[in-house]
Amino acid sequence: MLEATGLRAAYGPVEVLHDVSLTARAGEITCLLGRNGAGKSSTLKAILGLLPPSRGTVTLDGAALHALPAHEIPKRGIGYVPQGRRLFRELTVAETIEVGLMTRGEGRETRDWVLDLFPRLRERLGQQAGTLSGGEQQMLATARALCLRPKVLLLDEPTEGLQPSMIDLIRDVTVRMRDEGYAILLVEQRMDAILDLADRAVFLETGRSVETVARADLTPQTLHRRLGV
Amino acid sequence: MQFGPHLLLAILEGLVTASILSLTAMGLSLVFGVMRVVNVAHGEAYMLGAVLAWWVTGLIAGHPAAGFVIAAIAAPLIMGALAVASDRLVLKRLNYDPDRTIVATIGLLYIAQQTTLMSFGPDARPVEPPFNQRIALPWLERTEEGWAWFYPWGLSITSYKLFVIAAAALILVAIWLIITRTRAGLLMRATQQDSETAQAFGIPVGTVYSVVFGIGAALAALGAVLVVPIQQAHYLMGGEPLLLSFIVVIIGGLGSLPGTVIAALLIGLSDGIISVFFSPTLAKIIATLLVAMVLVFRPRGLLGKAPA
Repeated sequence: MLEATGLRAAYGPVEVLHDVSLTARAGEITCLLGRNGAGKSSTLKAILGLLPPSRGTVTLDGAALHALPAHEIPKRGIGYVPQGRRLFRELTVAETIEVGLMTRGEGRETRDWVLDLFPRLRERLGQQAGTLSGGEQQMLATARALCLRPKVLLLDEPTEGLQPSMIDLIRDVTVRMRDEGYAILLVEQRMDAILDLADRAVFLETGRSVETVARADLTPQTLHRRLGV
Repeated sequence: MQFGPHLLLAILEGLVTASILSLTAMGLSLVFGVMRVVNVAHGEAYMLGAVLAWWVTGLIAGHPAAGFVIAAIAAPLIMGALAVASDRLVLKRLNYDPDRTIVATIGLLYIAQQTTLMSFGPDARPVEPPFNQRIALPWLERTEEGWAWFYPWGLSITSYKLFVIAAAALILVAIWLIITRTRAGLLMRATQQDSETAQAFGIPVGTVYSVVFGIGAALAALGAVLVVPIQQAHYLMGGEPLLLSFIVVIIGGLGSLPGTVIAALLIGLSDGIISVFFSPTLAKIIATLLVAMVLVFRPRGLLGKAPA
């Protein structure tokens, strides 16, 4: 279980997270919802140490992560699919997967498992990541994160800019990971893509977590009240 | 000497210049490509490499080859270690900010230069080459009896200069293989392309930066060890290789290693040929003009890529 409590973080002098608390449980999809600029992506970066929190704690199964250097945090079992994919554009698909595998010392078995999840990538192993289609890039970004065999998967707008068939594929993989016991923390702008997926939702407003609701309470009325949609 | 043999001689001299330049410029390009740091002190790593080579060879008695081999190992290692220390103590603390690191490396330049002046003095210091046989080169020419080989007067090169060309080529191939075929190279390329995401996949970016800065300085020092039996070591010798390395890196494309090698060959050969037939000053003027033209017509350089 990933738990963040009272997170505060700043880009230089500008504080963007004032007080964020959330919990992502194993076998659940926790959605992080909020308007543009509410601090959703910054929260994921703070959990990963890419935006070091100035206050607050982050723990994974009780072990503190917030004091670790950023490159040590993924090794504890946190996989990250960044907004906009952020692939290493000049690395090939095989090299990108290798980078993911190296993070936690995973081997051929994990590589085969990931390539079985995304068979299209197997056909593109020698191709540079930057030359893949948008959908294939998203598959690769997800595959790279899954190569860690993480306990928690952080997904930042994984369906952004994708065609419907690709959105379905990413949704299917996300649900499969949830069913296999992964804790998933999902940031998504497309409400239609996530409403039926979320087991729990945390609403953010201007850098503060203001409400956590269970699936049963995640109704269009709640979304309208919190997000105005 | 006729034009043909004279041109061959100029090309060989140019290849020696290009070989040293590719090593020095490769170090600068690697540092800029991965760290986005413009290292103004890079020429001083070259100068210190040359001075260390002179110092080490002076300590070793016996055949000059023994001192040279030890210098070729020790100087890059010492310079690499000094560069890693500079990275940890200075660049890291400046958060690799592009502007502040330029000022900081200017400071490092003066520290290195003045420390060398105070420690080793202002004199140029010679280093004896490990071997230096003169090799006469044959030239094929048509005579009344048909094609025949002959040895024009003055068409020759030393065995040491041929060794410099071969050694530089081998080192460049080794660097290329490390970068493209090893795990360490994969970490460097991932860091070069997106350092933040690299951290999210467990890559210790700070360590990668230190190692790359060390390798950059070691390459410059290695180039200097190779050149110091041809040119003498001197505390002001870092200026020209720094300028030429910047010229090469800009023409080749910032951060592009193949571009760096191609541009080093272009600049080295043109420098050799123009220096032999006209003057070294004209060679530098033309190289600088070439940079101006590249900046105007192809700012990314020959093989540089547009930002994604």
